[in-house]
Amino acid sequence: MLEKGLSGDRKYWGWVGFLFLLIGVGLFFYLRQLNYGLGITGMSRNVTWALYIAQFTFLVGVAASAVMLVLPYYLHDYKSFGKITILGEFLAVASVFMCLTFIIVDLGQPARAFNVLIYPTLSSILFWDMIVLNGYLFLNIVIGWTVLAAEEKSMPPPGWVKSLIYLSIPWAISIHTVTAFIYAGLPGRSFWLTAIMAPRFLASAFASGPALLILLCFILRKFSRFDAGREPIQALAKIVTYALIASIFFVVMEIFTVFYSQVPEHVQHFKYLFVGLHGHHALVPWMWASIILAAVAMVLLINPRTRRNETLLGVGCAAVFASLWVEKGLGLVVTGFIPSPLEKITEYFPTGPEVAITLGVWAMGLLILTVLFKVALGVKEEME
Amino acid sequence: MRRDRRAFLKIAGLSLMSFGMRPLSDALASNYRPEVVRAPEALVAKRWAMVVNPKKCTDRCQDCISACHQVHNVPDFGNPKDEVKWIWNEPFRDAFPGQEYRYIEKGLRERPVIVLCNHCENPPCVRVCPTKATFRREEDGIVMMDYHRCIGCRFCVAGCPYGARSMNFRDPRPFVKTINPDFPTRTKGVVEKCNFCEERLARGILPACVMACKAGALVFGDLENPESPVRDLLRKHFAIRRKAELGTGPQVYYIV
Repeated sequence: MLEKGLSGDRKYWGWVGFLFLLIGVGLFFYLRQLNYGLGITGMSRNVTWALYIAQFTFLVGVAASAVMLVLPYYLHDYKSFGKITILGEFLAVASVFMCLTFIIVDLGQPARAFNVLIYPTLSSILFWDMIVLNGYLFLNIVIGWTVLAAEEKSMPPPGWVKSLIYLSIPWAISIHTVTAFIYAGLPGRSFWLTAIMAPRFLASAFASGPALLILLCFILRKFSRFDAGREPIQALAKIVTYALIASIFFVVMEIFTVFYSQVPEHVQHFKYLFVGLHGHHALVPWMWASIILAAVAMVLLINPRTRRNETLLGVGCAAVFASLWVEKGLGLVVTGFIPSPLEKITEYFPTGPEVAITLGVWAMGLLILTVLFKVALGVKEEME
Repeated sequence: MRRDRRAFLKIAGLSLMSFGMRPLSDALASNYRPEVVRAPEALVAKRWAMVVNPKKCTDRCQDCISACHQVHNVPDFGNPKDEVKWIWNEPFRDAFPGQEYRYIEKGLRERPVIVLCNHCENPPCVRVCPTKATFRREEDGIVMMDYHRCIGCRFCVAGCPYGARSMNFRDPRPFVKTINPDFPTRTKGVVEKCNFCEERLARGILPACVMACKAGALVFGDLENPESPVRDLLRKHFAIRRKAELGTGPQVYYIV
């Protein structure tokens, strides 16, 4: 089947070439990072996790969102998702791959990464995250590939794959729960020390992931002969809408508890995020952009007339994706470190090499996504 | 017996695999346990702890800091971004956030307080480390690090509520002024912190910071021993600990 990814028109190869270019640039700067150390990034003694770990956190959400297709299709026999479930699973594969790469890229001693396996430490959430992420990657590759291969042969998928599919549903929830536990269990970081972290992560994941999938369906409709159809896209749009509302609701809960209780340790992080703290406000414009985008998305998605208009739906989904990327892919991680446990405010700005490496990893993910989608669409075209 | 290529490859493959069995069986079934032999002159305790008396600290004195950083090959990068430090001064208000009040004596608010790793009884850094590169030595409670096992994920840095941990964002060796050959230097990409001078205790010498302090502001001893100098000080003075409410059980006490 993989050979279907090796034939394409000039646009396809142009896109693949462009991604390889980004990967090459990222690799160049990653080699420089290996040589110099993580000091090549904007991270500092006080802000020790930043863009890489934030991308990882955001992409775990995108990966987990495949469950929003798998669950209705396989558990509730919602037939109209049949055509696009494979896209959701392959999106999960590409996203988990990016997650794992972002973790490796963030390690100070990547050559020792396997120490996590040699000295398994059950008390460390990072150990469990390694287990659930690799497990989820494995599940989605096997499920997606097997189901697609069966489809190519016009056969029903083998029985054993059903059990893996059912397993993948709670597993998807687990990857984002465990990832939230990385943050929510640290005694000295009051910004993250909140029991609502995992529900919040899941809500934002189930908004941003399906929103991306809708956008991908629109792109496929434009550049290939594949049409997801109107019904599944509208169903996905409703999922995005409810998840976005839940996500915003959870953030409001957080803001209420923090600002009504007025515990300074908790308040100062939120102040830094939304209004700035002691003259430091690098993230403030981003966060307000995120709020405005979320508001625009809410209006476009809740209103049935605009939701049914596919152009406006596209705008709404792009707004959801951008808004939640800022919230999780920028704000969430860095703000946990500002101010530091010693009340120091060290702002974080990514460096050029750091951005290039980040883009390189995204390009790797997009390349995997492109090839997997090409294969999936190739099989589906042959069937018609 | 069949003698075709398939059978040959099978046997050859199995034979090759058997080479891997010995190290595997050694690792899983060996009785060999390395034994730690303690030097007769070593200082031992059930629970090492430190009592700090900030009132005895004189302005701008850096004796304990430079002694520690010299002994442990702590690099000086000359910028706050890459900074590595094991023991340093913080103004009282930052070392004890939440303890200051509007009419606090101005001198006290800004008074430098020596801060270092608290060698917690219940250390979050140990809990979060995915490789056990940081661990708590059961016999005396020192929280230590294996610089060769650390993968540089910095989970411990996020986990420490005291900011006691530093990441080597660059190769530290060119930034160590004079290398002390008795203590390892670190590579880039690993985390480090105060080790209560376990390497000196093993040779019967008190921690470098304690010995360097002429004012006697740092006192070191066994908390489990009622006769120890730290217990004596805790009997005579009221002492506070940094963020004790977090349940970490910090073992550096501050006389106020």
